[in-house]
Amino acid sequence: MLRIARTLALLAAAAAASGAAAQDKVSDGVVKIGVLTDMTGFYSDLAGPGSVLAVKMAAADFGGKVLGKPIEVVAADHQNKPDIASNTARKWFDEEKVDAVVDLVNSGTALAVMPVAAEKKRITLLSGPATTAITGEKCTPYNVHYTYNNWSLANGTGREVVKNGGDTWFFITADYVFGKSLEADTAKVVTESGGKVLGHALHPQSSSDFSSYLLQAQASGAKVIGMANAGADTINTIKQAKEFGVTPKQTLAGLLVFISDVHSLGLDIAKNMYLTTAFYWDRTDATRAFSKRFQSHPDNAKKAMPTMVQAGLYSAVTNYLKAIQAAGTDAADAVIAKMKATPIDDVFGKGSIGPDGLFRHDMYLVQVKTPQESKYPWDYYKIVKTIPAAQAFPSVEAQACPLVKK
Amino acid sequence: MTQALFGQLLVGLINGSFYALLSLGLAIIFGLLNVVNFAHGALYMMGAFAAWMLSSYLGIGYWWALLLAPLAVGIVGVVVERTMLRRLYGLDNLYGLLLTFGLTLIAEGLFHHYYGNSGNSYPVPEALQGGVNLGFMFMPIYRGWVVVVSIVVCTLSWFVIERTKLGAYLRAGTENPRLLQAFGVNVPVMFTATYGFGVALAAFAGVMAAPVYQVTPLMGSNLVIVVFAVVVIGGMGSIAGAIVTGLGLGLVEGLTKFLYPQASAVVIFVVMAIVLLIRPAGLFGRVK
Repeated sequence: MLRIARTLALLAAAAAASGAAAQDKVSDGVVKIGVLTDMTGFYSDLAGPGSVLAVKMAAADFGGKVLGKPIEVVAADHQNKPDIASNTARKWFDEEKVDAVVDLVNSGTALAVMPVAAEKKRITLLSGPATTAITGEKCTPYNVHYTYNNWSLANGTGREVVKNGGDTWFFITADYVFGKSLEADTAKVVTESGGKVLGHALHPQSSSDFSSYLLQAQASGAKVIGMANAGADTINTIKQAKEFGVTPKQTLAGLLVFISDVHSLGLDIAKNMYLTTAFYWDRTDATRAFSKRFQSHPDNAKKAMPTMVQAGLYSAVTNYLKAIQAAGTDAADAVIAKMKATPIDDVFGKGSIGPDGLFRHDMYLVQVKTPQESKYPWDYYKIVKTIPAAQAFPSVEAQACPLVKK
Repeated sequence: MTQALFGQLLVGLINGSFYALLSLGLAIIFGLLNVVNFAHGALYMMGAFAAWMLSSYLGIGYWWALLLAPLAVGIVGVVVERTMLRRLYGLDNLYGLLLTFGLTLIAEGLFHHYYGNSGNSYPVPEALQGGVNLGFMFMPIYRGWVVVVSIVVCTLSWFVIERTKLGAYLRAGTENPRLLQAFGVNVPVMFTATYGFGVALAAFAGVMAAPVYQVTPLMGSNLVIVVFAVVVIGGMGSIAGAIVTGLGLGLVEGLTKFLYPQASAVVIFVVMAIVLLIRPAGLFGRVK
């Protein structure tokens, strides 16, 4: 009887011990990263399949495994619709064991998915959406806003243009949360710097004809036309501005322009435009090496250089994996705490993630080269000024994120 | 204030003439073949891409592209009609719509895969660069050219269909193809030619658009919905209706962009809803 009891006790102890060991440090035995982006719409060149590639490269460069468990990358198209984004994220979290949702270009989709992730205690790494409220009044505890936000663009391009004499502004704004937030942030910088906002025109997302809005901008007499839109919208605005004789009499300020936009416009149309970026492929030897690997990767169908969104995503995922390694688990609380506690210094940038989830790092004010100044393919920018992290992003106090104790 | 208004109205007229050109092809295909050609936007996009490809790969300029691109895309249209569309003539409109919709998705997907979505730049031809300062606005010469060409092409097409013998055959063919065939007219060839012509018109509009809008795979899908609204409002069978409505709606859209731009994407559909409630066959349509 005693022997049976002892055997049972030993078995129970063994079971308990093996149970404790089998209780995975990595949930479900895999670290699954879901890239939720615009695969086919008007933001697909600045994020899209390039973002998926960046994440895959990050996973491969990390060795394909973390804490002995494989890293899996899945992707889906949110089509710029917040409801599709939040449904996909929910399905990923509930049914497909996804640990982190990344990219979420298009602020509407980001704001829709962040609360879902917070509810399920999973991580969101945002590279692409821009609205400042993401780490302001809409901040969530498991979120990192990585590459740039509207505030950084407004303070980069906006401040510099006003300093150079552009003190009256008219905005052409995309009529959704991103455009309005970008216009608001930039208008604030303009008025603080002593300038004046003369008016604005709100256009539906993904418009093709901007002639009417450009006419209104011309009629206003403003020295600067601020384009608070992105992607194909910005490209069309710039092209039609040239056609309608708006430039060079009035200056175009590209508040959010990506290298993919410049590439598709051509230097002849985009030349001399000021813009603020978080990453330029040709800045240092390290960025050149990474970018050339990205460009020549077999999955890169168009052989394009990485945009700041794609490069930022590579860095974000790499640091996420490092945080899992350091924390010894992929549980969201431990990982996000590790990410916020660890300074970052890699190919993308140098800085740290604040308690509000915002990654504060240096930004670069650049000017687009003229066709004569460009010496080789993708030689598009000259770096005018490096804006240090402390100036480039709003302070933690200014953000008013409810999570941060005052 | 009135100066700004005139400028907006002129811009609206320019856009309207563009809508008229685009909806002409659609109205012809629906009016004469009873096919809801959802591929119209994709064909317009292919016309623009053809012009860009002619310029980038073969160094052929704008003026030749005006002729060659519609020809090339027209041939594609003819092939589609012969192999696929022809089998659906006797059936419900819905089948034609589904087929052309599917073709649109394939075309846009293919172009997107190879060319991405930021698109490509196509320069305004040198002879048409620059603009005229009209006082209340700076009008690019190229946009004026678009208006002139649209009006000429629309008028010519309307004339051919409504006032010539060929047009009479086409219209007869819609009403009673068997009888017409009995009279010795080669109806199938006529139908193929008509579809090809409608497609060529779409591609022609695409070439006209290439210097103005970025040449992207999705440029057609944004416009095709508006063009459908134009044709529905004008009356699905009426050529003149499509032309007049295109111009009118361009004006309405221009005014809306001036007064309340946030509604500019929606105003055309509001008008469509109102017109359909009052006159279900459209403004100029004939109830069959």
